Amino acid sequence: MSEDTVIREIVVKAPIERVWEVLTDPKHVAAWFGHTAEIDLRTGGAMAVGWEEHGTVNARVEVVEQPTRFAYRWNFLNNAPFDEASSTLVDFTLAAEGGATRLRVVESGFTALPLPAAEQEHHRTENTKGWVAELDELKDYAEGL
Amino acid sequence: MTVESGHLDEVFVALADPTRRSILAVLGEHGQATATKVADRLPVSRQAIVKHFAVLEHAGLVRRVRHGRDVNYVLRPETLTSTSRLLAAMASEWDRRLAAIKRIAEGT
Repeated sequence: MSEDTVIREIVVKAPIERVWEVLTDPKHVAAWFGHTAEIDLRTGGAMAVGWEEHGTVNARVEVVEQPTRFAYRWNFLNNAPFDEASSTLVDFTLAAEGGATRLRVVESGFTALPLPAAEQEHHRTENTKGWVAELDELKDYAEGL
Repeated sequence: MTVESGHLDEVFVALADPTRRSILAVLGEHGQATATKVADRLPVSRQAIVKHFAVLEHAGLVRRVRHGRDVNYVLRPETLTSTSRLLAAMASEWDRRLAAIKRIAEGT
């Protein structure tokens, strides 16, 4: 079941090795992901991504299969030691298509996370129109887009 | 009304069932309803509706309101809204990051 999965994909006009490098080299990760990045690129290796405004998110490398698969689990909360129980799995797959590369990311494991307490702006139950739209939106995600 | 934090897994389990989604849609039209009223609208027995309501209540998607002898179920849209927002936010974050990877990899 994939009710709690986010799947996104993009085609990059660059060879797979180049995309792999951008995806896993801390120098590049610091540019596309955060402001700083440290990655011990091996299974079980420690990873940390930092943002000037948010602090650091700790992660753990799960899969390194150059150049086709890279996966890590990352904390849902900032500035906390890595905790598998409150982390989600981010799984990248790369596939060469001619000279280009199809890059797909699947993030899963939201089910284990504590639901953020509802925002203070309460939707009134009378205001059902917006709510039904939310349901449709969630259903689309739940059904895997 | 205060909102206890539930868990996403309960919300997703509750929403994975099409009958429960239909029940929520019926509540969405009426704001609140009894199990009998929902059973009139869907091809499901009242007894089954009551069981579905228990799952939905556990997930924080509905709450029970007693009116004399009747039990009404009321939507708690805030639970769904925060769940939906979380996934939508994650998806758009990934779109942004993948676009950045593409820009870097394709850059000269």
